[in-house]
Amino acid sequence: MDSFALLVAATLNSGTVLAFAALGLLINERAGIVNLGAEGMMLVAAIAGFATAVHTGNDWLAFGAGALAGAALAAAFGVLVIWLNTNQYATGLALSLFGAGFSAFVGLRYTQEKLGEHNVFQVPVLADLPFIGPAFFRQHPMIYIAIALTAAIAWFLYRSRSGLVLRAIGESPESAHALGYPVRRIRLAAVVVGGALCGVAGAYISVVYTHLWVEGMTAARAGSRSRSPPLRPGGRPASCSARTCSAASRCCSCSCRARVCSSRASS
Amino acid sequence: MLVYVADQVLGYLVYGPWKDPAGTTFRRRSLSEVDADPEALPGYRVNIGLVIALLAVGAFWILLFRTYAGLPAAGRRPGAGGGALRRLLVAQGAVDGAAALGRHGRAGRRARGRRAARPAHAARAGGYGFAAIIVAFVGRLHPVGVVFSAILMSMFYIGGELAQSRLGLPKSLTGVFQGLLLFTLLACDTLIHYRLRWQSAPAPAAATTAAPAAGTAAT
Repeated sequence: MDSFALLVAATLNSGTVLAFAALGLLINERAGIVNLGAEGMMLVAAIAGFATAVHTGNDWLAFGAGALAGAALAAAFGVLVIWLNTNQYATGLALSLFGAGFSAFVGLRYTQEKLGEHNVFQVPVLADLPFIGPAFFRQHPMIYIAIALTAAIAWFLYRSRSGLVLRAIGESPESAHALGYPVRRIRLAAVVVGGALCGVAGAYISVVYTHLWVEGMTAARAGSRSRSPPLRPGGRPASCSARTCSAASRCCSCSCRARVCSSRASS
Repeated sequence: MLVYVADQVLGYLVYGPWKDPAGTTFRRRSLSEVDADPEALPGYRVNIGLVIALLAVGAFWILLFRTYAGLPAAGRRPGAGGGALRRLLVAQGAVDGAAALGRHGRAGRRARGRRAARPAHAARAGGYGFAAIIVAFVGRLHPVGVVFSAILMSMFYIGGELAQSRLGLPKSLTGVFQGLLLFTLLACDTLIHYRLRWQSAPAPAAATTAAPAAGTAAT
């Protein structure tokens, strides 16, 4: 039973990465932009966040730095795709390559660094519950933020007027343009916000999930997989987060087994 | 997405049924075996892959521009679904070109592409398929252009490896140059397709380029 609680906890931990990235890409998708550069944005954000965490020791500053890095790259992508009218897929691909190379170059002197174990946030009363506590309520705060963000983005997209405009721009840019909405500016905003979310996900990987920086560390972990949930037709934030958790449980069952074994050995 | 499926299938084969009984992975070819590959020209280290690639380029050029089958692909008519087919074909040629030219610089020490001696490592070394897409774009989606862009890209790769061994820079710095190349190239298309006009009256959200309708129509 304890090992199952640990499995659930580890699933939530690794699913958070995917959830943040997938939510960011979902916003892009809804605005009619396919950003294949998620991998590159996450890598640059991972090293930006990691470097910030190493120098300041503050996780929140690290997430902020990651978000800024992701947003900056996304802004470059957005200007190219939206104003210079370049091919989205090719530009995204270029962003991936650029991000991977740039992060490896910048992160060269951080490969030896290692962050200390971060303090686990415990929800006051709930964390002491027998099974539910270790499974759900002894996590990094970002997990709860991810869940709250899922609800917030669902509300924004389907219950607010600006969300409606965003979806309209994604589905029929010509009509939205004819109605007088600044299609390109709104699209750029969506791309930048999506990039910032991908950046948070990248920073989460290096700062919380692994505590270290490895060249190309998001490979086969997040960038590509987080792309698939929002790409499905009618991708919605809630299903997006649920799917990322199921994907994450597959991803981490391996690492989790190791962790469970080690915990058994120690007890 | 199929990239990741194929990678797993390859991993299964290499570490499963196709494993070398005497080793841990797929059987590797020894250097002498690689040296025994047919050479393009006697006395040169260039592999026969280069000849195959150049023949493929010629074949694709004929297919695209001199046959009826290539017409919808080469004609770039959006309705005919041609763009995708054409790009597919040209990218295919680029894979060959990049593979062969990549071998050129390494004298077959690390064989890649279709005739890869070490498939698992060729795939893990990674990015060749994605790089080939860049090659296709840099080659302006033309079979002959692909040859020159493949040479350029292979220079990036070799330069990146030299930078790693001599300057201590990470090899993935190559990606920075590949990415910047593709960024600038794609942005350059705007200047090719549209003429810049400086207007005194501030056009809404179109101060630098004169393509408002096309910009919003992009999907």
